[in-house]
Amino acid sequence: MAERSFKKEVEQLRIGAGEVFNGEGILAVTKALLQSGVAYVGGYQGSPISHLMDVLNDARDVLDELGVHFEASASEAAAAAMGAASVNYPIRGAVTWKSTVGTNVASDALANLASGGVKGGMVVIVGEDYGEGSSIMQERTHAFAMKSQMWLIDPPPHVASIVEAVEHAFELSEASNTPVFLQLRIRSCHVSGSFIASDNKPPPLSLREASENPQRDTSRIVLPPASFLHEQEKVNKRWPAAVEYIRQKGMNKVFGGQVEDLGIIVQGGLYNTLIRTMERLGLADAFGKTRFPIYQLNVPYPLIDEEIESFCAGKQAVLLVEEGQPNYTEQNINSILRQGESSVKLIGKGTFPMAGEYTSEILRKGLISFVSRFEPGWIAPQDPVHSISALVAGLAPNVPPRPPGLCTGCPERPVFTSLKLMQKELGDFHISGDIGCHLFSILPPFNMGNTTMGYGLGTAGASAFNTAGSKKPPISIMGDGGFWHNGLTSGIGNAVFNKNNGLTIVIDNNYAAATGGQDLLSGKNDVRNRSTQHPIEKAVRGIGVGWTRTVKTYDIGKMRATLKEALTTKDTGPKVLVAQSECMLNRQRREKPLVKKEIAAGKRTIQDRFGVDAETCTGDHACIRLSGCPSLTIKPNPDPLKTQPVSYVDNSCVGCGNCGEVAHEAVLCPSFYKGQIVYNPGRLDRLLWALRSRVIGWLQERTERRRLRMA
Amino acid sequence: MDHKFEHKFERPLTVAIMALGGQGGGVLTKWLVDIAQSNGYLAQSTYVAGVAQRTGATVYCVELFPEQQVRESGQQPIFTTYPVPGDVDLAVAGEFAETGRAIQKGFVTPNQTTLIASTHRVYSILEKSAMGDGIIDQGPVMEVAAKVAKKFIAFDMEACAESSHSIISAVLLGAIAASRALPFDREAFETAIKAGGRAVQSNLAGFAAGFEAGSQTMAVQGGVKASARQNVAMPVAEGPNGEAILARVREQLPVEVQALAAHGALRALDYQDFKYADLYLDRLDEVIVLERSYPEGTQDYRLSNEVARQLALQMCYEDTIRVAEIKTSGQRMQGVRKHLNVTQQQPAHVVEYFHPRFEELCDTLPQSWGRRMLASQRARSWTRPFLGKGRNITTTSLLGYLQLATLARLKRWRRGTYRFAVQNEHIADWLAHIQAAGDLQLSMAIAQCIGMVRGYGDTYERGLHRYRKILSTAEQLAPEQRAQRIRQLSQAALADEEGKAFTDALKLTEVS
Repeated sequence: MAERSFKKEVEQLRIGAGEVFNGEGILAVTKALLQSGVAYVGGYQGSPISHLMDVLNDARDVLDELGVHFEASASEAAAAAMGAASVNYPIRGAVTWKSTVGTNVASDALANLASGGVKGGMVVIVGEDYGEGSSIMQERTHAFAMKSQMWLIDPPPHVASIVEAVEHAFELSEASNTPVFLQLRIRSCHVSGSFIASDNKPPPLSLREASENPQRDTSRIVLPPASFLHEQEKVNKRWPAAVEYIRQKGMNKVFGGQVEDLGIIVQGGLYNTLIRTMERLGLADAFGKTRFPIYQLNVPYPLIDEEIESFCAGKQAVLLVEEGQPNYTEQNINSILRQGESSVKLIGKGTFPMAGEYTSEILRKGLISFVSRFEPGWIAPQDPVHSISALVAGLAPNVPPRPPGLCTGCPERPVFTSLKLMQKELGDFHISGDIGCHLFSILPPFNMGNTTMGYGLGTAGASAFNTAGSKKPPISIMGDGGFWHNGLTSGIGNAVFNKNNGLTIVIDNNYAAATGGQDLLSGKNDVRNRSTQHPIEKAVRGIGVGWTRTVKTYDIGKMRATLKEALTTKDTGPKVLVAQSECMLNRQRREKPLVKKEIAAGKRTIQDRFGVDAETCTGDHACIRLSGCPSLTIKPNPDPLKTQPVSYVDNSCVGCGNCGEVAHEAVLCPSFYKGQIVYNPGRLDRLLWALRSRVIGWLQERTERRRLRMA
Repeated sequence: MDHKFEHKFERPLTVAIMALGGQGGGVLTKWLVDIAQSNGYLAQSTYVAGVAQRTGATVYCVELFPEQQVRESGQQPIFTTYPVPGDVDLAVAGEFAETGRAIQKGFVTPNQTTLIASTHRVYSILEKSAMGDGIIDQGPVMEVAAKVAKKFIAFDMEACAESSHSIISAVLLGAIAASRALPFDREAFETAIKAGGRAVQSNLAGFAAGFEAGSQTMAVQGGVKASARQNVAMPVAEGPNGEAILARVREQLPVEVQALAAHGALRALDYQDFKYADLYLDRLDEVIVLERSYPEGTQDYRLSNEVARQLALQMCYEDTIRVAEIKTSGQRMQGVRKHLNVTQQQPAHVVEYFHPRFEELCDTLPQSWGRRMLASQRARSWTRPFLGKGRNITTTSLLGYLQLATLARLKRWRRGTYRFAVQNEHIADWLAHIQAAGDLQLSMAIAQCIGMVRGYGDTYERGLHRYRKILSTAEQLAPEQRAQRIRQLSQAALADEEGKAFTDALKLTEVS
């Protein structure tokens, strides 16, 4: 059960030729895949393409009807290896993942696939997680395309163009026997729009037919001597074929402009930002009619020499808008022009910054310096932002940063609270982080974790610290997602084999939570077409770990004690602590409607909600420093004698109980209380309640009278 | 406020929505797209998934273009995926600090942008986790916003959503409709809500409330710092003793000090008895005399006011007796039920989280016992089984209530307790330092410094230890250096819990 359901939207995937499809980029891509007659789809979720996996998951019925095989792959490598189905058979397939991280994981399989080449169209849809909203190291998928010789498509952020790109990708792949990257930038994945649909195509040759009539061709297997032939084939056959297809189909587009001696070459994905920025400068109109010709580079790799030469021919200078580094395209174009002995000036990095996202602001500066250099008469219009920049600069101290953090009631929070309390006793430890929500521990209020070496590599990232006789074994964090992705072998297995003593805390919350709550092997729910409920502790014991414990995360007392035990025990070998509790985001999504229904149906229900007594709150906020729960916040102190804001639990509280646990374990102030609200109370409830409140009420009145006598 | 829509479509109309987790930025975006598409406009929206979900801040972008113009020109407009700075027609922020962020990002410019903002705050983790008052003042944002926006509509949308039992995104939609920044009339908006089919009634209510407020409001002051609260009002007495105290305050104290002094004295009365309130005022009198003796004069009685505040808090320290008294009071119970927002007869049990330590136990014992117990390791280990872990006490159950009520009754013997003795020595010592200071600056610094001694357990001990360290460190310096040094150190003492900043700051004195 993923964070977001597309059950309603996927109905659109059934529409036929001529009908208008209206939806997000992700959804459009799925429709395009079906229209292209794919036989298999796979991938590994991760922003920005998590929703693509969720859509496919929710589209099971449509996929089944068409006979399309869909797998939620164990890792990007597993997904890429699926491509093998397109090697011997004219079968189309697509896989998807977050890039560049996913491409790193997949590159072994990809390199093998690219070497032997494919018969059926094989497309890798990468969510290019670069710039605003990105959560990973800033690199380019472009490098992988070049090193393994796969083609790279970078369509404009426009639904119809994206769909067109998907359909081209398969044709191109088959025309050149090469797997193709289709790159979707972060916001392209979630851009809304529409296009005219065509009918879905069932795969011409089904996987079943293929597997029942197997064919093999040793020349496609990566093994000498074939592997040497593959390299020749890549440059002599496949590359020219690709160039031919791209040129013929006009995948890259040229838009004319009045001023012929200047021009701009832009990556397809940046086209819209460029046009809107030019518009601000009076260099374009709303429809993209521009002052200079534009070469829209929808296929950044391979480049088409003739197209580049003819676009640059007779021009004084050409501006290249290439985001990210190294500047592969600039180097490539320069060598093309050099060989063609062209005199045109290519202006790229230098006018634009070498690194970083090309926002509208950056493009604006670059364009101004380019145009004013070659058209001295032209003056850039006054920037409205500039006129108020002084005022705005003054605001810096008044706008607090707002980093993402753990959700309200998150079960991972108490794990870090326990770690913090444990470190207060035993001192600080080296903590090796992983990828997942738990990495938010590096931010306030926890400020924990030394490194993160990649998905599922938390434990491996600490292995070097398992030095003999060290008093402080390293602590590693690993999420259940990372654990099943590769952590079981690369982390735990590695630790067992190398006799490491460190502690690994596996955060077991039933889902790949950070990527949007996708199901996984150790998930507790029954999931259609998937096998779940395989306990992590069992897997860990199976691989040879002796010391394992499974602790409910909200039990801070036990968690803290278990941590101490793990870090002080004489036992040798790796220790694994499975910290278990369901992801609150998913739990609420499941339970909230149920509880609402039960209450409405008159069923007796008890709801917990926490609160803080402003009168006894010290205004020290230690509780917040140990929690960071969004629902645990502050408000101005009602007491005229006190100036510190008091802690306060807002109505988003889900009653997870963490606040109370923390108050106990950290010996904080006595201000926290838990309210247990009884909905639809039974007769006994009402009777007891009436009795108690009457007696207590009477006692309270007495006390109040006594107080007033003294007042 | 003009009520006509003005935007010539030479380019798309851009809407930037600054969203926080759980504020329904996605819902709002979808509404806008639906409204546009069902009213003859092309619309494109983009967002970054999951960021807002996990409580970060993110930007939704919506662009509109009239279909008719597309038909006439036979060309498609080029939409952006991220608002172009300096080219935003409508900027929306469902929280006030995000308004500042919108301005910083260049989404608000004088001759183009209608800015719609909620004045309520969702505090950032840095503001929340500060050891004292970390709330960042939003006054400047309010001023700048009013200057840089073409039209600025701001009101407390959280309150608006609560009173209309709706959600902020519905209120925002109402304000947007009212602003006339989009080419659609009220009906168009309401139709979209109805078409949405989810929580239609409450959404319509929220929309109406937002429309209402948006139609008449201009910027309301919001986001004011707690500590910036000025002029405390004179309290009202509940009985004869209170009256007597207020009388003494009015007759004997300078008018500038009266309000805080009255609050303090009544607190002492409520905390202990009339005698204690008198003691409070006697102690305060001495400080007033001191302040008058200083050459700076007494135009505002800063010192006396500060002491009036701090002295009350020190004298009415929160021991187990006080906590029990507060937890069992009828008023407090009403407050809790209000917070839990339960109906008249609805049962709601209240569980308190207590973790009294050995120290708190000794505090409440008769002076001599307390002192001896505290010294005895054996007593410490004997009591560990009972004090080692926290206790949950249900104050809505008879037994739980009686436990605490009985504890509260110990009030009459408080004067005899160990903590009372210790606390009053500590207060006397503090006042002596203020008296001995020799100049207003130093007296003031010492008076403020004790603010860090508060609360229970670790918080209290940490505060007390740092406070003493600061005074002793200052005493090694030349008198004229002390005041400033105490202020530096006090600031450092409240910078972080672990005391890193404090230790660094202390090192500074050693070298100087």
